[in-house]
Amino acid sequence: MYTQDPLFWRAGAFATTAFMAAVLAMLTVDTLRQISPGGAHVPSYSVINHEITYQYDPALKQYGPKVGGEDLLFGRSYTDEEASALIARGKLVIQSRACIDCHTFFGNGAYYAPDLTRAWMDPKWAIYAGPKRSEKIARFLMNPLRLGARAMPNLGITRDEAEAVVAYLKWMSSIDANGFPDRFGAPVGAEQ
Amino acid sequence: MTMYRSQHLGLKYLAASTVLFGAMIVFGLLSALYYVWPGFLLNVFNFSTAKIVHINGLVLWLLMGFIGAVYWFIPQELEREVEGIALGELMFWVLCAAIGVVVAVFIFVQYGGANETSMWFINQGRKYVEAPRWAALGIVAVAGVFAYNVMATVWKAGRSTGVLTVLILDLVPLLVLYLDAFPEMTNMSQDLFWWWWLVHLWVEATWEVLIGCIMAWTLMHLVGASRRVVESWLYVEVALVLGTGILGLGHHYFWIGTPRYWLGIGGAFSALEPLPLLGMVVHAVYDAGTHHLKAPNRPAFYWTLAEAFGNFLGAGVFGFMMTLPQINMYSHGTQWTASHGHFAFWGAYGCGVLAVLYLALQHTRGAETLDGRAWRWSFALLNIGIAGMAGALLVAGMDQAFFERAVGGSTWDAFLAMQGRPWFTESMWARLVFGVIFAVGYAILLYDLFSIGKKAGALSPEALAAAGR
Repeated sequence: MYTQDPLFWRAGAFATTAFMAAVLAMLTVDTLRQISPGGAHVPSYSVINHEITYQYDPALKQYGPKVGGEDLLFGRSYTDEEASALIARGKLVIQSRACIDCHTFFGNGAYYAPDLTRAWMDPKWAIYAGPKRSEKIARFLMNPLRLGARAMPNLGITRDEAEAVVAYLKWMSSIDANGFPDRFGAPVGAEQ
Repeated sequence: MTMYRSQHLGLKYLAASTVLFGAMIVFGLLSALYYVWPGFLLNVFNFSTAKIVHINGLVLWLLMGFIGAVYWFIPQELEREVEGIALGELMFWVLCAAIGVVVAVFIFVQYGGANETSMWFINQGRKYVEAPRWAALGIVAVAGVFAYNVMATVWKAGRSTGVLTVLILDLVPLLVLYLDAFPEMTNMSQDLFWWWWLVHLWVEATWEVLIGCIMAWTLMHLVGASRRVVESWLYVEVALVLGTGILGLGHHYFWIGTPRYWLGIGGAFSALEPLPLLGMVVHAVYDAGTHHLKAPNRPAFYWTLAEAFGNFLGAGVFGFMMTLPQINMYSHGTQWTASHGHFAFWGAYGCGVLAVLYLALQHTRGAETLDGRAWRWSFALLNIGIAGMAGALLVAGMDQAFFERAVGGSTWDAFLAMQGRPWFTESMWARLVFGVIFAVGYAILLYDLFSIGKKAGALSPEALAAAGR
């Protein structure tokens, strides 16, 4: 009986693996195109010059970031190159301080401190208008305060590093994450 | 007892793995304290550092256990010494030294400034792969020598077996995927996209196949399972694990900025991921019944059964419970994930490494049978400890998913309010208590590993054959 021959099952295992790997490769090409800065899901870095809010999309029936008019970070306007460099530095700060080992980004990381995906538009900071918001977050990063059950350690973040992190958080908040997190900061029934 | 040099090396790896298992527990208990004691060691030894050592300890004790198991079984499989064993021995000490230096830097330096020096010498700040680049390069070198040892031995022997063929084909992606530990991408969506190739395609694909090979050998040596049956099952498992797991990768691509089609693909394939694990449980029940729950090496037999059940429950059931996007939208990034993570790593990998450890000990101690009371206590306490921790974290995670996420709208205030809710804080205390129970189980395990089988008589030829050679 052919099913009692291990070689039959070996052929099945190799064929299945090869097929699935090929499908993954094709999907990867398309996904990378869509998640590059300026792609369908990920805005270019210069989005930090704009207002970003979290709005309900009646067509998709889910919440998502919406890019609005001009809203300058620290009262400055950044060119594409300047924004790219600033945000690249922000990522390096985030990695050097291992932020992901307390916080989460898009829900990935440790679960000890709040998710940072939409931190830029969190009501805690969104109550501050204009450049005041970026200034408040930068100062918090440099001299963290206790917030309820959690106290953020002082990680020796310099002014330059703090500005880069704020830029990173603002840019990241503009990424379309398929409705995650649901209804961020909106009261229950806001979509009615 | 005559052993190949490769088996001595395997024992060294298994011993180092057991030490790291203990280090993981110590830093796990420490991590648990931060949840019940706000402000604990703030600015002295922050939560992130404790967690980094805990998680990296987990990855390394399992990896070293796998490598040790392979070095243990390969000379038996091919009836010859492993090729390039001296290099393998050298790399063991290189790896141990590197781990010591990396842990010391994590503990005493902790973090650096936003520059390349930090990435190369202190901490790369990417979860699971925090090890600085120099150490990551060292891991590539160790894994490369390990892969060379396996492949060169098969080449020199001029023959392979089904298990070895699968192992060799698995080592290639295992090694290649680890190269993903190096890049530093600005774009978080792309960073996480590739990072999941490493984390998921290791843990839910290549590691599953690797432990499948190790358990195949374990079953042959432990209960004398037929090679034809075991290898057929291994191929079926590979087809199911990789057939569902490769695109199951999609359940990590729901919310990181990736296209919407991943919701359907990831949901569907990860719903199928428990299938091979269910198959293992069915087979384990069948084997356990056939052998009337008895084998010459009882601890190894029970840890093998725990592996099958733990893998199905921890990885399969607890994983499926939170994997569909409709619930994952709220469960993702909460303690629910931590619950699944604890149970899955233990069931899928930890129990398997312990089974091999006992199998190797039977051989080195020359014991015809291996049994006693201590292993039963450690078996019970370790499993009660992990189930209790997973249960407590599940309650905390469900509390978060419903109240912080679905009702609270996921804001910082919703998160912080949740951390003070009684259901959450009580769960964190329960996790700590079960963590202590787990640690007691580990202490008894250590005692048992030092003492079991030492008073037994010489190994009979039959038992020798069953245990290894």
